[in-house]
Amino acid sequence: MMEFTDDQIERYSRHIILPEVGGSGQQKMLESKILLLGAGGLGSPAAYYLAAAGIGNLGIVDFDRVDLSNLQRQIIHSTERIGMLKTESAKKTIEALNPDVKVTLYNQKLDSSNIMELIDNYDYIIDGSDNFPTRYLVNDACVMKNKTLIHGSIYRFEGQVTVFKPGDGPCYRCLYPEPPPPGMAPNCQEGGVLGVLAGIIGNLQVVETLKLILGIGKTLVGKLLIYDALNTEFRKLNLRKDVDCPVCSENPTITELIDYEEFCGIKNSN
Amino acid sequence: MAIKVRVPTPLMKLTDNKSEVTAEGETIADIINDLENQFTGIKDRICEESGAPRRFINIYLNEEDIRFLEGEKTIIKDGDEISIIPAIAGGTSN
Repeated sequence: MMEFTDDQIERYSRHIILPEVGGSGQQKMLESKILLLGAGGLGSPAAYYLAAAGIGNLGIVDFDRVDLSNLQRQIIHSTERIGMLKTESAKKTIEALNPDVKVTLYNQKLDSSNIMELIDNYDYIIDGSDNFPTRYLVNDACVMKNKTLIHGSIYRFEGQVTVFKPGDGPCYRCLYPEPPPPGMAPNCQEGGVLGVLAGIIGNLQVVETLKLILGIGKTLVGKLLIYDALNTEFRKLNLRKDVDCPVCSENPTITELIDYEEFCGIKNSN
Repeated sequence: MAIKVRVPTPLMKLTDNKSEVTAEGETIADIINDLENQFTGIKDRICEESGAPRRFINIYLNEEDIRFLEGEKTIIKDGDEISIIPAIAGGTSN
């Protein structure tokens, strides 16, 4: 068991005094390994709060560079870092916030050739990707590798959050067996998102991740949380495991990873 | 019997930008047909030609996915609420 330094006791004091966390919970966080897919809208706030919480090992996958139009919501980056790799920018912010966090960067585009190896080294995977091909790839890989996936997605004023825990609940394909055909995907038809919505949903993903690490409370396994910002409503719907799921059922029809084509001109990025 | 239907953002263009509408019917299929009568084109967005919901759209009766009830034949009762929940992929990296 590692000893906290005086600085750590002070830094994490508001966690440590929570009976649900305590010193042992804080230690679990410091020893945990979390992989963030994307340092964009969802990944920025998620990385920020995971770092503040003292997640000991944070992997970040992104191949994109910081753009001025990102800064309306991607708060881990800054104006002076326009043009910098998002992974590098995120690392700078995290290291300035909390030196306890060991950040590992993967400047790569996720595909079937690298995802299995990437997720292998981590306890939990947070999906902050922005396109269907990546979401299906990540889901299938997590099912195959038995990794718990914390899912979040946003669109204009609406967000969805859930936790896919293999063996314990449904996966993304139990909900939506196939990606939408090109042109039918909601995110292809009109853009835009209220910037702060990314913060709400990305941070709900962090809350779920921390509960999983700590083993406390009830997680969103088997539940889909929907946030409607315009009407100020949170709703929780039941998600059920599909006995005929193409990937997580007893007789899966998908046993290899699929690299779906890019949709409607939107670049397949993480 | 008028039932409350929650319309997701991607379909609100078809419902005069309303996120909540009402529709009449005894089953989910009736409700979808009544929605089509009110908002032309919406059925094609929700359903395959067979009438079953598209594979990237789920329909919920209260908190339950109708695929795990009786599908579009599921009977509805007064006070029920229907939600249309499409897959959304956005995390807005770009």
